[in-house]
Amino acid sequence: MDFLMSFVNFLVYEVLNQPATLVGLMAFLGLILLKKPFSKIMSGTLKSILGFVILGAGANVLIGSLNNLGPMIQDAFNIQGVIPTNEAIVALAQQTLGTQTALIMAFGFIANLLFARLTPLKYVFLTGHHIFFMAALLSAVLSTAGLTGVPLIVAGAVILGFVMVLFPALAEPFMKKITGGTDVALGHFGTTGYVAAGLVGNLVGDPEDSTEDIEVPKTLSFLKESVLSTMLTMIIIFFIVSLIAGRDIYSQYSNGQSIFMFSLMQGITFSAGVHIILTGVRMIIGEIVPAFQGIGEKLVPDAKPALDCPITFTYAPNAVIIGFLFSFLGGLISMFLLGPIGLALIIPGMVPHFFTGATAGVFGNATGGKKGAMLGAFVNGILISFLPALLLPVLGSLGFANTTFGDADFGVVGIIIGYIAKLFA
Amino acid sequence: MRVLAVCGMGLGSSLVLKMNIEKIMEQEGIEGSVEVKDLSSIQGEQADYIFASEEIGEKIEHPAEVISVKNMTDKNEIREKVLAAYKKL
Repeated sequence: MDFLMSFVNFLVYEVLNQPATLVGLMAFLGLILLKKPFSKIMSGTLKSILGFVILGAGANVLIGSLNNLGPMIQDAFNIQGVIPTNEAIVALAQQTLGTQTALIMAFGFIANLLFARLTPLKYVFLTGHHIFFMAALLSAVLSTAGLTGVPLIVAGAVILGFVMVLFPALAEPFMKKITGGTDVALGHFGTTGYVAAGLVGNLVGDPEDSTEDIEVPKTLSFLKESVLSTMLTMIIIFFIVSLIAGRDIYSQYSNGQSIFMFSLMQGITFSAGVHIILTGVRMIIGEIVPAFQGIGEKLVPDAKPALDCPITFTYAPNAVIIGFLFSFLGGLISMFLLGPIGLALIIPGMVPHFFTGATAGVFGNATGGKKGAMLGAFVNGILISFLPALLLPVLGSLGFANTTFGDADFGVVGIIIGYIAKLFA
Repeated sequence: MRVLAVCGMGLGSSLVLKMNIEKIMEQEGIEGSVEVKDLSSIQGEQADYIFASEEIGEKIEHPAEVISVKNMTDKNEIREKVLAAYKKL
């Protein structure tokens, strides 16, 4: 009996309390349920634990660079500067909310399957990194609102499971138009922006006047390589901020380096951090998502898999480029509007504008052709600037981190849940 | 047969591709492994084949043969390409 108690204690207070081993346990159980061979179970479990530790190491690299930029913007503009980067904010959240995030994710999977089984919303959400990001967002928002322990996990998991079927369902009418009706759904937490783009497209244009009739050069395709696009943006951002801040301010952070070297190395350090974090996320997600999908196929065989946004890109490659450019334009214009109305300065990041702008472009094109792609993506760009700014107050201490969640649905879900939770707390 | 499934982030379409390829290999009794990679980290990786979407496939330079997939979710297309690749080995 004593032995049993101490084993339970070990499990609850040590294994489950350590996010890395908790995630490993999730992968372990998933692989066992699928009756995978021993060697696969071992490699899957160990890799997801390793992935979590790598994620933490990447966060430290990234913070080194972010801790220069944030105060520099503060000194130069007297305003909080925020660059929405999901990987960064999630890695930061793991330092204090790792266990909560992992548990919400695990039970959120189960909640997703229950919703798919019991309601007409038959989707299994397979974009693993977005599930992870949403779990981190919910743990931050709910704990800021005062929830702890079991209620925090239960509320987080139910909400997570629900949004995992809700957003694919919202995107579905547009996805039918885009794909011509296949058996895949869209599982991406930028859906608010895509639906907005689709609706705008309906209002302004004609789907017959398609973006795919234009010849577009392929020069922007290097942006698909997210490490490169992050690095370029961050070098430019560091350079512009240092330039505006002036020598007196940036030299406090640059250790005597020239403005060029300083911006270059800080931008590269930032993207190195993101790359390390992504390597970790990839190791975790690469093991857990296939296990989840396997279980989902057994329990809810008639559900549609909801997949990451690049699956839409092949249907309208020109709309992808147009969408990115107009979303980024929306982000730039919003940046100049946010300060005067007293919100944080949201600096448009390449990665969210590329992926969600491109998808918004595809949605807008499906309903409104060229005009729809341009204006729809532009609206997406405005949304992913204002929503992150409005999200900051409900994130608690994470709201002061100089980085935040990028995609539209994180903003929508975080703001709604944050204010509802405050009513009850 | 060792396969790399590649996309821009190494999280989205490449993972879908990996799951589809693994399922086909299992059904056809093909021994081997499929690993997910992002575009930036495939250099120096050993593989027999690299599977990717058409836009990504164009950008890959690697000693292993690159096989472009038109539609990530079309299991028949992927099955044909996996089987053809396996026969060539």
